[in-house]
Amino acid sequence: MTTDAATLPARVAIGHKGGFVYRFAPIAAVVVFLLVCWYALAVWLNAPLVIDQHTRDETSWTARDLVVGTWSMERPVLPAPHQIAENLRETVFNTPIDSKRSLVYHAGVTVSATLLGFVFGSLLGILLAVGIVHLAALDRSLLPWIIASQAVPILAIAPMVVVVLGNLGLDGLLPKAIISMYLCFFPVTIGMVKGLRSPDPLQLDLMRTYSASQAQTFRKLRWPAATAFLFTSLKVAIATSLVGAIVGELPTGAQAGLGARLLSGSYYGQTVQIWSALVMASLLGLGLVFLVGMAERLVLRSQGAPP
Amino acid sequence: MTHRYPTILAIVLMALGLLVPVGETGWIGSGSALACGLLSSMAAAFCLLPGLRGREHVVSGAALLLGAAAPLLLLRGAGPFGVEAPGLWLFVAGLMLFLWQRLEVLARLPGRGIAALIAPGLFGVAVLYLWQIMVVGFAVPQVLLPSPAQVGHVLATRMDILWPDFRQTFLKAVVAGFAIGSSLGFVVALAADRVPFLKRGVLPLCDLMSAVPIVGIAPIMVMWFGFDWHSKAAVVAVVTFFPMLVNTLAGLSSADAMQRDLMHSYAATHLQTLIKLRLPSALPFIFNALKINSTLALISAIVAEFFGSPILGLGFRISAEVARLNVDVVWAVIAIAALAGSVLYGTIAAIERACTFWHPSYRN
Repeated sequence: MTTDAATLPARVAIGHKGGFVYRFAPIAAVVVFLLVCWYALAVWLNAPLVIDQHTRDETSWTARDLVVGTWSMERPVLPAPHQIAENLRETVFNTPIDSKRSLVYHAGVTVSATLLGFVFGSLLGILLAVGIVHLAALDRSLLPWIIASQAVPILAIAPMVVVVLGNLGLDGLLPKAIISMYLCFFPVTIGMVKGLRSPDPLQLDLMRTYSASQAQTFRKLRWPAATAFLFTSLKVAIATSLVGAIVGELPTGAQAGLGARLLSGSYYGQTVQIWSALVMASLLGLGLVFLVGMAERLVLRSQGAPP
Repeated sequence: MTHRYPTILAIVLMALGLLVPVGETGWIGSGSALACGLLSSMAAAFCLLPGLRGREHVVSGAALLLGAAAPLLLLRGAGPFGVEAPGLWLFVAGLMLFLWQRLEVLARLPGRGIAALIAPGLFGVAVLYLWQIMVVGFAVPQVLLPSPAQVGHVLATRMDILWPDFRQTFLKAVVAGFAIGSSLGFVVALAADRVPFLKRGVLPLCDLMSAVPIVGIAPIMVMWFGFDWHSKAAVVAVVTFFPMLVNTLAGLSSADAMQRDLMHSYAATHLQTLIKLRLPSALPFIFNALKINSTLALISAIVAEFFGSPILGLGFRISAEVARLNVDVVWAVIAIAALAGSVLYGTIAAIERACTFWHPSYRN
């Protein structure tokens, strides 16, 4: 950062480095800027519809009417942020949780599929990594295919997986969870292969001089060394798992879940509903990643990492 | 020879399979299958002889080929057998165990370039082969899982509808969106890098975006840009923007302080430092973003087509043919998409090798 200071004499210095203001002022500025842009964009995109309405009603309108109109339409091209917030408040707090109109209910459906897929995917990912690290044949022959597996647009075949498993009599969470699993095993495998190979040769040699078995080396050296890698991958994995669950809900005929909300919103032109489902999904993603981050801290601290 | 015992077990399994009854007619019913099976087990046993040296690979290859042919011939004559053919499945199990032993041997050989592709290639062929044998042998209904041969047939005969789909989704939406999103991410990263205030504001927000399911904007983009490929390109552009931005920013700050101080002591301008030091050292990060984007782009374009598309496109074809239960067409589309994705990834990886040959991970 030293050269930055030199090349940028007019550097904006707000607060001291590492302080609250120093960290959050830029973020707040960007957020405010984005919000202003959003409101302006809402006016620009929705204006033709509002003007249309006025000409059809043969009423006169002022600039003020136009702005107010564009920010309070029922089916806007781009809803204003406060409309989304209002819709969120309505569907999250003012609707009973077991109602089909409650966003909490839909989020719950999505989260359960996400978590199930995440657990399956992480276990599969860890198993594959253990196999790859210990079996030379797997390392050579399977690893390239694991990378290629991600070129298969599983999200695209999600409808088929759901339909096929539905034919087999598997409904509900499992098909969605399988899609999530397919998406999230990949980062775990790649991260864990790296992690399980991270002990350096000296440490591995030490284990050999203790005549430790492969299982002991795994338990006492490789696994602890891989924990940090594991959690980094898990954070990526849970985010992709959420994407998988949402897309897995698209073909189920818009019954339940955030994906179904997106789809039904797009069928009926309910833009506010789409946006609030999107915001909800984003909050869920952030929350899930945050939870994994908390678990990471706890586990790494119990392993003696500096807090 | 540490691999003697598993190989012996494999041969015993194969021979046993030839003795155990298969359906009503058995192996006797198909003379060619029986001949192939016998020859295969003999060739496999021949591999155990000492002093074969280089010829071992040729003999084992012949054993594998003949062994693979036997069940195919048998199933063409009489199948499907299902669980009534324990002999067939014993033979296949033995064959796969033998293949596994060969893979172990191959993994030990020093291999570079083409030679390094043999093991994964064999593995892939084995998976396709097992898939084919299982589907035909157990008479899995085509609605659940078509056999690779059926998918291949569709690929060979239906190119007249599959090619326009590919052009619509890949050549138009993915390529355009990929180019727009990646270059926009790159330019914004350069701007954010120039203005530290902007960087401190943008970077945390973009990190957050990695936890957000961005594909969800697809219905909105379809509303804004219409059903044609433009809306898909827009989704792809947004999805590929963030990885590029975050990675480029990380890459630009990856040049270490000593090197930057050196540039400073040469009185290099910001632009000179950028071009001669920081962009080259950011290249591995930028290529990493491009690789991530190559898979993301294809997936998001196909998903976006679920929310509305004209009557062509890979995503449209999938949802339309699933509804008509033409699962073989769907798998053909998936094969095309997977191939396109792999080729895109491979191309980027090849360019990366050529551009960042100096990087430690490519040095020998």
